[in-house]
Amino acid sequence: MLPFSFEKVRTEQDAIRAAAAGARYIAGGTTLIDLMRDEVERPERLVDINALPMTDIRADGADLVIGALARMSDVAAHPETKRLQPLIAESLIEGASPQLRNMASMGGNLLQRVRCPYFRMLDAACNKRDPGSGCSAIDGLNAGHAILGTSDHCVATHPSDVAVALVALGAAMRVRGPNGERTFPVEELFRLPGDTPHLEHTLRPGELIVEIRVPGGPYARQARYLKVRDRASYEFALVSAAVALELEGGSIRQARVAVGGVGTRPWRMRAVEEALRGKPVGRDAFAEAAHLALEGTRPLSHNHYKVELLPRTIVRALEMAGGTA
Amino acid sequence: MTTTLIGKPVTRVDGRAKVTGAARYAADFNQHAQHYAVIVSATAGLGRVTALDDAPVRAMPGVVEVISHRNALRLAYGPHKAFIDPEVGERLHVLQDDQVRFYGQPVAVVVADTLDHAERAANALRISYAAERPVVDPRDPKALAVEPSGSRGHSHAARGDADRALADAPVKVDVTYDMARENHNPMEPHAVVAAWEGDRLTLWSKSQFVVNEQAEIAAIFGLPVQNVQVNCPFIGGAFGTSLRTWPHVTIAAMAARQVGRPVKLVLSRRQMFFTTGHRPRTLQRVAIGATRDGRITGIIHEGNGETSRYEEFTEALLSATSYMYSCPNVRTSYRLTPLDIGTPNHMRGPGESSGMFALESALDELSYELGIDPIELRRRNEPTMDEGENKPFSSRSLVQCYERGAERFGWAQRTPAPRSMRDGRLLVGLGVASATYPVWYLPTSARVRLHADGTAAVEVAASDMGPGTYTSMTQVAAETLGIPVEQVRVSIGRSDFPPAPPHGGSMTMASVGSAVRAACLAARDEVARRAIADQRSPVFGAALEGVEWIGGSVRRLGDASAGQPYRDILAGSGQPIEAHASNHRDPAAAQRYSMHSFGAVFAEVAIDPDVGTIRVRRALGAYGAGRIVNPLLASSQCTGGMIGGIGMALMEQTALDVRDGRPVNAHMADYLMPVNLDIGQLEALFVDEDDPHVNALGVKGLGEIALVGMAPAIANAIHHATGKRVRHLPIRIEDVLTA
Repeated sequence: MLPFSFEKVRTEQDAIRAAAAGARYIAGGTTLIDLMRDEVERPERLVDINALPMTDIRADGADLVIGALARMSDVAAHPETKRLQPLIAESLIEGASPQLRNMASMGGNLLQRVRCPYFRMLDAACNKRDPGSGCSAIDGLNAGHAILGTSDHCVATHPSDVAVALVALGAAMRVRGPNGERTFPVEELFRLPGDTPHLEHTLRPGELIVEIRVPGGPYARQARYLKVRDRASYEFALVSAAVALELEGGSIRQARVAVGGVGTRPWRMRAVEEALRGKPVGRDAFAEAAHLALEGTRPLSHNHYKVELLPRTIVRALEMAGGTA
Repeated sequence: MTTTLIGKPVTRVDGRAKVTGAARYAADFNQHAQHYAVIVSATAGLGRVTALDDAPVRAMPGVVEVISHRNALRLAYGPHKAFIDPEVGERLHVLQDDQVRFYGQPVAVVVADTLDHAERAANALRISYAAERPVVDPRDPKALAVEPSGSRGHSHAARGDADRALADAPVKVDVTYDMARENHNPMEPHAVVAAWEGDRLTLWSKSQFVVNEQAEIAAIFGLPVQNVQVNCPFIGGAFGTSLRTWPHVTIAAMAARQVGRPVKLVLSRRQMFFTTGHRPRTLQRVAIGATRDGRITGIIHEGNGETSRYEEFTEALLSATSYMYSCPNVRTSYRLTPLDIGTPNHMRGPGESSGMFALESALDELSYELGIDPIELRRRNEPTMDEGENKPFSSRSLVQCYERGAERFGWAQRTPAPRSMRDGRLLVGLGVASATYPVWYLPTSARVRLHADGTAAVEVAASDMGPGTYTSMTQVAAETLGIPVEQVRVSIGRSDFPPAPPHGGSMTMASVGSAVRAACLAARDEVARRAIADQRSPVFGAALEGVEWIGGSVRRLGDASAGQPYRDILAGSGQPIEAHASNHRDPAAAQRYSMHSFGAVFAEVAIDPDVGTIRVRRALGAYGAGRIVNPLLASSQCTGGMIGGIGMALMEQTALDVRDGRPVNAHMADYLMPVNLDIGQLEALFVDEDDPHVNALGVKGLGEIALVGMAPAIANAIHHATGKRVRHLPIRIEDVLTA
């Protein structure tokens, strides 16, 4: 680990001032410290924001509002989360391990770095870590990599589970920075790699995630997260799907679908949602709609199975949410 | 032997020390004024070091020394080869030349005043290589299989004419298997603290074989053996990775020598994938022919294991094939494929677990070709003797294991057709496989000291990587001496204790236990002699044969009294009694009998037909392994091995990037092993087996066999659930997705 300065702040203003001057925020540290120990991350200044009062989890009407510093485990266990947005609770519990969930903050979860092994090895070419050096994964071992949103420069998947649920539910995030406050959809936080894979998100310098708002909706209670992986816990998704359904009689009024493990960012499946509208609840309609998820997929040398697995995962998640499982 | 303690569920005597942190592991032995060493691992997979710019690193804070092939001590590397070393080839001579033989090979070591400084400097050291593309895949056209050149009997066996029998067989299977490389991945990393005093070296080092580490380091440094002391009281799991003495031990001792201070060196998790051995990837072919009524007429088993370019690692991949089933025509042939990798090493259930995966999977396929229940097929081919060795078995309870296991597991409820069992929407499959492992038994010595306060101290250079050596040896000593376990203190893991064989191969209980028992018997005789010579003793003047030992006391034969407690006898002079003895095996028995453990392993899997997730919901192993010294430890040992088998079947694989040979998943998040949620209901049961031939304790050992058989039972269950045969390991979602 390289030397760095460490500053603990008590106010948001101090935090933003420090970050605007080049410091990196640290909350749970579950990604950042890990990567600093490998010298993949080399911040010179850290500003510890854990003392900021941003851990609230509360209901605001039908909306669920989550402070950016709330821990994953606290959010998952909170009665308002379970009452208003069970999908958020389920996706959180499927992520990481209990130890990590106890430490990791919601804001940090969204900003976690990719799990591509080449990104983590200093002697491997990686455009994300070392722009212009090349991508080792494209012609390397890429079974866990993305089939959507890839570029010739990067094929790493976004690793967060809860981000998939937040994107499906159309959650918004509030951020504050040197130039004030703004609010935008969580989906817009994530950039595609394109030819600048080292730029992962749309936060401006010094901006701090303050809270996440998950809007209530008629589909919120009929929502499930399915994470498919080779071991039952502590593994990133091969494919995951967050789905939410509003049903009327035996048919679908509206659907929300997002997937993880397959995209370079959490991937909302609007074509699938559209295709489900007005369809009867049942495997045939689910399968027909889920097939649309394959549009634009570009499998790599070792991850063709994801093309097979993606629609199956969506269908299963729809069945679970629709109560036909 | 009367048994009061052997066979009892005594809880771990070191359990409290382990859970309170009082147990000290190698890296806990910090020395005054020690420095820290961090190894720099090669980032090329083959070639040589062309430049190494250490000047900037030497200027970094806290850096004391940078050692590479340019300035490393020239080491003697005297001849040394132990039972656990490959017979052919020569160990890696570390930092002695510029050659890079595999990715991750140590090419330098940085010594600094703190761990942080050493790590930082190690990351900053710039090294240039003339790199070539290594060959790391045995299927690479450039990889050439060769005959093993050593004499160890892993090579070929033949009886009858197996090829002819196969050609003539009315029913046959002929299939190939590919099993992934695995790394041991114990919780405790390899660690060593090295301290010199003049020409004497003390190592606190993670080792399953301290007396060998002592001898090997002495040979490498050209020292008299007694100048090296190796201590390792506790091991945080090993699974075989600490059987050999790996380059980091030499590097730590060298670094300590060169900087004139004690040096501590702990491998990173990633480095645990480089130079500390691994289960070799194997390619196998099994062909079995049978009559229509299920009599096996011929078996061909060909195996190919990867090894390094500098050592021929061999394992007993094909050994079991010659004795498992009755068959007049058997041919096995073993080949090695040297690759640009580090030398593999024994990993739990070495050889047998890989070979039995292929054999037991193929047998399951044959059972479906024949339409015969897989247990019935094995029963029809149960041999009456070891047909490979032409010897009777000292004991063999395979059929009883199947009977008891099948009953307990509910095998009769299984419907044989693939995809015929469901639980809701899940496909359910039940599979079975045999397990076996030889009974190893090697010379061991032990020392016991009886004190006047009635306590007994046992010393032996054995190890405890988790099976409970401390506890089981305490039981043996307490039982033999007739005293409570609380009065026995067992000390192990020091090279200056009486020598023990490697803590592996399931031989510790048999070998070390027999030596401890012998030492306790010798101590009893010493006590009796002292009492007989003591005028105040009730047995004064008796002949040694005229006294008996009962519950820690000595009395005359035929005397109905409680006798004289040995603490009273010792109190007379106040002098402790020390006895030293070795184990013993009747060489005639070893010649006369084939000695193996056997087991039957059952597994139930549930597979999601839509998304392909595979879960082992329950498994049961029934074992005939001689006497069970401690059912708690034995059960724990076996379920641990079964979990290792789940890892082998469904998860574990060290993935190498063929472009430079790097392990890509050298990380606990990426190298998958089962977590709690992956483990369903596991049960081990033990068939009563009284084997008077194996050793004085009648024990066969359990550590290795517990992993054998699990992977094929799971693979067979996956076939039963899905109808799909997957002939490689691990079997993952993508393999069953389209089943």
